[in-house]
Amino acid sequence: MSGKFFEEFSQDFSKNLWGAPQPLLQVEGLSKFYGARRGCADVSFDLWPGEVMGIVGESGSGKTTLLNCLAGHLAPDTGRVLFDTRAHGMQDTVTMSEPERRMLGRTDWAFVHQHASDGLRMNVSAGGNVGERLMAVGARNYGDIRERATDWLGRVEISGDRIDDRPTAFSGGMRQRLQIARNLVTGPRLVFMDEPTGGLDVSVQARLLDLLRGLVREMGLSAIIVTHDLAVVRLLADRLMVMKDGQVVENGLTDQVLDDPQHGYTQLLVSSVLQV
Amino acid sequence: MIQIENLSKTFTLHNQGGAEIPVLTGASFSVAPGDCVALTGPSGAGKSTLMRLIYGNYRAASGHIRIGQLDVAQAAPRQIIALRRETLGYVSQFLRVVPRVPTREVVAEPLLALGTPREEAIARAEALLARLNLPERLWSLSPTTFSGGEQQRVNIARGFVHAYPALLLDEPTASLDAGNREVVLSLVEEAKARGAAIIGIFHDEAARDRLCDRQVDVGVFTPARAA
Ligand SMILES: Nc1ncnc2c1ncn2[C@@H]1O[C@H](COP(=O)(O)OP(=O)(O)OP(=O)(O)O)[C@@H](O)[C@H]1O
Ligand SMILES: Nc1ncnc2c1ncn2[C@@H]1O[C@H](COP(=O)(O)OP(=O)(O)OP(=O)(O)O)[C@@H](O)[C@H]1O
Ligand SMILES: [Mg+2]
Ligand SMILES: [Mg+2]
Repeated sequence: MSGKFFEEFSQDFSKNLWGAPQPLLQVEGLSKFYGARRGCADVSFDLWPGEVMGIVGESGSGKTTLLNCLAGHLAPDTGRVLFDTRAHGMQDTVTMSEPERRMLGRTDWAFVHQHASDGLRMNVSAGGNVGERLMAVGARNYGDIRERATDWLGRVEISGDRIDDRPTAFSGGMRQRLQIARNLVTGPRLVFMDEPTGGLDVSVQARLLDLLRGLVREMGLSAIIVTHDLAVVRLLADRLMVMKDGQVVENGLTDQVLDDPQHGYTQLLVSSVLQV
Repeated sequence: MIQIENLSKTFTLHNQGGAEIPVLTGASFSVAPGDCVALTGPSGAGKSTLMRLIYGNYRAASGHIRIGQLDVAQAAPRQIIALRRETLGYVSQFLRVVPRVPTREVVAEPLLALGTPREEAIARAEALLARLNLPERLWSLSPTTFSGGEQQRVNIARGFVHAYPALLLDEPTASLDAGNREVVLSLVEEAKARGAAIIGIFHDEAARDRLCDRQVDVGVFTPARAA
């Protein structure tokens, strides 16, 4: 049953993948200031259905600010964020009503936080965390919700017998996987991730990346992933945007930006790490 | 199938005093379906650079790289990704894979990305691995710990599992024994026979003579360098 639900979504989007007539997200001249301090400035890009875009840049370069503006968590000072809604086509999410934006946040968008505690309800069971998102979009049948929750815990490699445990009893990697299950259970079309592998052991990171890659591919998701880890973007992202001091300095095909960086800052970034 | 027109490439090293390294200028040639063209020239002439430009891995400074309908020099990332998925295969010198992914999946991946049913994709991957004499006990392991020759064969299997209409081969027979070298040569011959346009770099002269219809001396495109 959850399988069917899942299939409908993946089929829907495999049709659209790459051949899509229009972008899923269009960002135009987006800026956000904190008083006089620049959060991010004049960011523009298009994201197409099925594309995964990475955002890299040093600490304080505006990655989280940008992601929060895109996901409707922060109100930008200028610019437009157009999203191809299922019901009404391209809509500016900056100017839409708060309830409309909140509905998108529960259905078409997902947000995976760096700290699982920001994205999970720590005092609610694992099953409850996943079920809650289903209930927010109208699921009511308890048996059905539990079945889908169990199915999703399995997909993120959390054993079904942990369904009644709280995330406080989980390891960092498990919490991150639970956060992913909670976010993807409603079949979103666009996933925002802020340092999804930050703070995890390297081996745990690899497993999480592998899992994310599989899910993104299977579900035909579009995603925007903020990270400081170039190996992560090499593996996950089709495209890469490089930020410095709140501005985009370079933007292109991931392997091209990493192997033939055009901007001095990107060259520095790439040459500062060992082979990726 | 592949048309290179007036292609130039210069690297600018911004953090080394803005040093400019001109590598190619005015490169022009084309490859018809069923043809195999060898890139030749001394070390540092820009053979690998040219190949990476064609794959979209390096960014052209100017000129055109037409593959079918698409100009790689002007294309958007998603167009290059679609080109790589459907049309343009690349056997690079080194295998780069996602950790933890078993060899049979690594090889089947290009087919899965094209929507081939899983069972069929895996079966075709395994058939190719068997043909390249990679021991069956290795198929379920990640190739990250394999020997150079084993990794090279995984790389080749990945590049030939889908019948790409255009193929780039960077030293495909390097680090292979005589038996496996012969398998690779037949794979290339079969690709030519089905009409693939192929560009190769071969230090193996006998392989080059047997497979290639023409040679393009990349040294001819080397810009005159300031002393
Ligand atoms: N709530 C805030 N109030 C004031 N300034 C802020 C606020 N949030 C962020 N900033 C500033 O905006 C700039 C961009 O911050 P942001 O958090 O977007 O960076 P980042 O690229 O995500 O960095 P990191 O990699 O460290 O997470 C920084 O100079 C930061 O100090
Ligand atoms: N990413 C890069 N950044 C800067 N310079 C580069 C880069 N890639 C290649 N070059 C330079 O371009 C020139 C041509 O190199 P390339 O690797 O294409 O030569 P080649 O003909 O393949 O040589 P070989 O036969 O030794 O493999 C060299 O001077 C090299 O240093
Ligand atoms: Mg941040
Ligand atoms: Mg070379």
